Amino acid sequence: MEFFVAQLLTGLANASSLFLVACGLSLIFGVTRIVNFAHGSLYMLGAYVGYSFMQTLPGAVGFWGAILLAGVVVGIIGVLIEVLVLRPVYRAPELFQLVATFGVILVIQDLTLIIWGPEDLLGPRAPGLRGVYRIMGEPIPKYDIVLLAITPFIALALWYLITQTRVGVLVRAATQDREMVGALGVNQAVLFTGVFALGSALAGLGGALQLPKGGADLLMDFHILAPVFVVVVIGGMGSLPGAYLAAVIISVLNVFGVTYLPQSTLVLMFVVMVVVLMIRPYGLFGREEVAGEHGQVGEPELPIKPASTNVRLIVMVGLALLALLPLFGSSFAMVLTTDILIFCLFAASLHFLLGLGGLVSFGHAAYYGGGAYIAALLVTHANSPMELAFILAPLGAGLAALAIGWVCLRLTGVYFAMLTLAFAQLLWSLVFQWGSVTGGDDGLVNIWPSDWLNSTTAFFYFALIFSVGGILVLRHVAHSPFGYALRAARDSKRQAESTGINTQRVQLLAFGFAGLMGGLAGALFVFSKGSVFPNELEIARSFDALIVVFLGGVKTLAGGVAGAAFFKGVEDLLTRFEYWRLVMGLLIIFVVIVAPQGIVGSIRKAAIRMNVLKQGKHS
Amino acid sequence: MQRKTFLKAMIATAVLAAMPLATFAQDTIKIGEINHYKRLAAFAGPYKQGIELALEETNAAGGVLGKPLEFIFRDDQGEPGEAVKIAEELMTRDGAVMLTGTILSNVGLAISSFAGEKGYVYLASEPLADSLVWGAGNKYTFRLRSSTFMQAAMLAEAAAKTDAKRFATIAPNYAYGKDAVAAFKENLLKLKPDAEFVAEQWPALFKIDAGAEVQALERAKPDAIYNVTFGPDLAKFVRDGTDRGLFEGRNVYGLLSGEPEYLDPLGDEAPEGWTVTGFPWYDLEDGPAGEFVAAYQARYDDYPRLGSIVGYMTVQSIVAALEKAGSTETEAIREAFEGLPVASAMGDIVFRAIDNQSTMGAYVGTTALSDGKGVMVDWEYKDGANYLPSDEEVSKLRPAE
Repeated sequence: MEFFVAQLLTGLANASSLFLVACGLSLIFGVTRIVNFAHGSLYMLGAYVGYSFMQTLPGAVGFWGAILLAGVVVGIIGVLIEVLVLRPVYRAPELFQLVATFGVILVIQDLTLIIWGPEDLLGPRAPGLRGVYRIMGEPIPKYDIVLLAITPFIALALWYLITQTRVGVLVRAATQDREMVGALGVNQAVLFTGVFALGSALAGLGGALQLPKGGADLLMDFHILAPVFVVVVIGGMGSLPGAYLAAVIISVLNVFGVTYLPQSTLVLMFVVMVVVLMIRPYGLFGREEVAGEHGQVGEPELPIKPASTNVRLIVMVGLALLALLPLFGSSFAMVLTTDILIFCLFAASLHFLLGLGGLVSFGHAAYYGGGAYIAALLVTHANSPMELAFILAPLGAGLAALAIGWVCLRLTGVYFAMLTLAFAQLLWSLVFQWGSVTGGDDGLVNIWPSDWLNSTTAFFYFALIFSVGGILVLRHVAHSPFGYALRAARDSKRQAESTGINTQRVQLLAFGFAGLMGGLAGALFVFSKGSVFPNELEIARSFDALIVVFLGGVKTLAGGVAGAAFFKGVEDLLTRFEYWRLVMGLLIIFVVIVAPQGIVGSIRKAAIRMNVLKQGKHS
Repeated sequence: MQRKTFLKAMIATAVLAAMPLATFAQDTIKIGEINHYKRLAAFAGPYKQGIELALEETNAAGGVLGKPLEFIFRDDQGEPGEAVKIAEELMTRDGAVMLTGTILSNVGLAISSFAGEKGYVYLASEPLADSLVWGAGNKYTFRLRSSTFMQAAMLAEAAAKTDAKRFATIAPNYAYGKDAVAAFKENLLKLKPDAEFVAEQWPALFKIDAGAEVQALERAKPDAIYNVTFGPDLAKFVRDGTDRGLFEGRNVYGLLSGEPEYLDPLGDEAPEGWTVTGFPWYDLEDGPAGEFVAAYQARYDDYPRLGSIVGYMTVQSIVAALEKAGSTETEAIREAFEGLPVASAMGDIVFRAIDNQSTMGAYVGTTALSDGKGVMVDWEYKDGANYLPSDEEVSKLRPAE
């Protein structure tokens, strides 16, 4: 019993920072509909800024003052981000802003490194709160008690702000229907900025408050991100009580998991998320999303057409040039081009799902990495020849996608996205944990192609044929009746249903098909590198693809491929410089702002305006 | 239209990649160094400084084989796939004669597999995974730093000398953590067959829930604790464990916990009385190690970390191999590395012919507080050669060639 109570208290104390960061994210999403990936970075900044203040301000007043100041400073940084980066792209396609926030992550990472240096900072102790209280004989750190007492007060203050004040009324109104709020004469720009500032300040507070329990390090931005998203989704996006309850559930379950199932530390919260979303598809306190919110917003999309003769000619010449690369390029040029081609196929497969299907998957790496692992496992454990493994890998990935899609497609919008992410994470945990079969994070090595393919040139042609072939197939399917049905299901589910399209089945097939193509890219990847590690299943890999698809242009057929080629190439150049993340982040933000339709979409628009390209006639 | 941009981007990249670099002049011997300079900046920075110091000394003394030695440093973002691509570029475009680097084991393993396939020599400087030279070993991959197994064996030897019977372990939930626990168990049970393992905790790497882990360990009432956590996890574990009295009256063994990289961020909260492997540079005054520390502090306004001396020894090993090889041909370098003796900053080491592992050792000592920061006292340098399995076992571990 004593032990049980002690564990409960530990869990509640842990919930504190998690709640603050999560409710900030939830507020921002509720009002602005922005999925703010930079929220973890704001949390990290809170920790670093709080640390610096604590070094200069003396005593207990200084300590608590530093935490408040950290919140204020991070709130101001939030205002800067909102005004400079996000405001210009509010009219961009849905979820495009998340790409901008990803650029912000990169910028903040390098700036933090420049300002505070690479070494981990140990958080200062809270003055007068060193040591433990004994509760029923069990030692509980004093600071834990303070934390679990403070959090309800902050939660209450927020509750008061949201339910009892004019500002709160506006925030709630905007959460329900932001257009109506605008129509009633409320200045949305100020409201958005204010909410973003408040959300950022809460993240900063969360970062500073956890200092005495840990410290500040350069990896904490990504590490908090997954739990925070899980909490927000379990609680229901936009719901504060939901965020609090979910933070407590996750933290307390985690404490018990650590004791009774020590190996569960990787998967527990994702299992909880899947279970909750299966029972309550919009989280504990979330509401069903308003129809249309996640369909196509902004300008209606132009009808797609097969490429014109001119475009076909250009593509042929380009492909011919690529095919001649071994004659004039170096061996490294072929390796780099192989990498780019594989990534293009991966991005194109996600683009098919996202652009044509309107299905935003945050976990597409599951099929890419999954394909790579299937091939590697077959080679390692079944000694299967490379050719067989290469064929089975995409099939297996496609089947996995069908199974996962069958579950995920019961949800829509951001909840769908988060469920795909959860499954990708579960797969990652499985591979990571099951060391005896998958090699854990030491991966599977020596997965090389057969002898006839082993030279760089041979594999280059192999990758060229399959990547370009895959991309062409994806493009062809877009023009097929199936592609039309998929777009119909995206634009208006009801109308599509009434014309006799089984939208559920069409979307499921599209999910499986995209998974198959992702798996093909993964199979190419593993044989080009000779090894595979859980990195290929990570959230980061899913986001790589997501970002290039958005940057290339969701609403264009070539967006995924163009974005992938452009950014993989740029990345190869930039990583040669010391502060490449800063430059890359700024470049992403720049592209987001000047080309809100994506690179391809914006170029096309400019071309139409300058009459180079006739309206509606495009490839 | 869209295809045009796509192609433009493709062609631009292809042209850039095909362009010969202006610096291709073959008047230096180039070594390709791949590391996680951004992802693990706190570790890679001191390592790079160690390399640069050794390079300056080498080149001031006339270089190697009559040519200056040059390192090309490249950042792999901590991604195995990136590292493999960069390895190819270093070897085929930049004219590197061999590869070295990496801290993360998975990146090291990816480069090793690639090097074995393509026939490039790779000196794995810092990755610790045992499989790098055993289960997944190949004849082109050599490893400098004392591996997980060796360092765990040193701590097991110390643990076997005490009366402790009930052991608890806490290790990050990934390959290094699992290897470290397995190696400690294997070696401890050999020396002390009646030892018992009463709890095994596996926090997720860098996501430790310290309060809960400490409670779970306390509940098992062990006599001794074997810690493998490091970095921010270690800081949280130590702080919560100290607060809750977990370490009182218990022997604690910490793998790598005495390295300045991990001990220094703890400041005056560094644990006292832990038996750890680490790097007590502050006590090194004599011999090659003392000379290294003095030179490092004279060159930089900084003190050396463990990574610094590994970087320094990496260059020493490569210089020795090139001189023994007498050429920069891959096969010559590879053969030179086999059984290569190096007079290194940590004393004489040998790259064993049997498994390509160097006999670099580690410093084992007890932690204490001195002037508000953690240090190692009563330390001893343990020669790595004494903590490796027998030749028979090793040859069973390595795949046939």
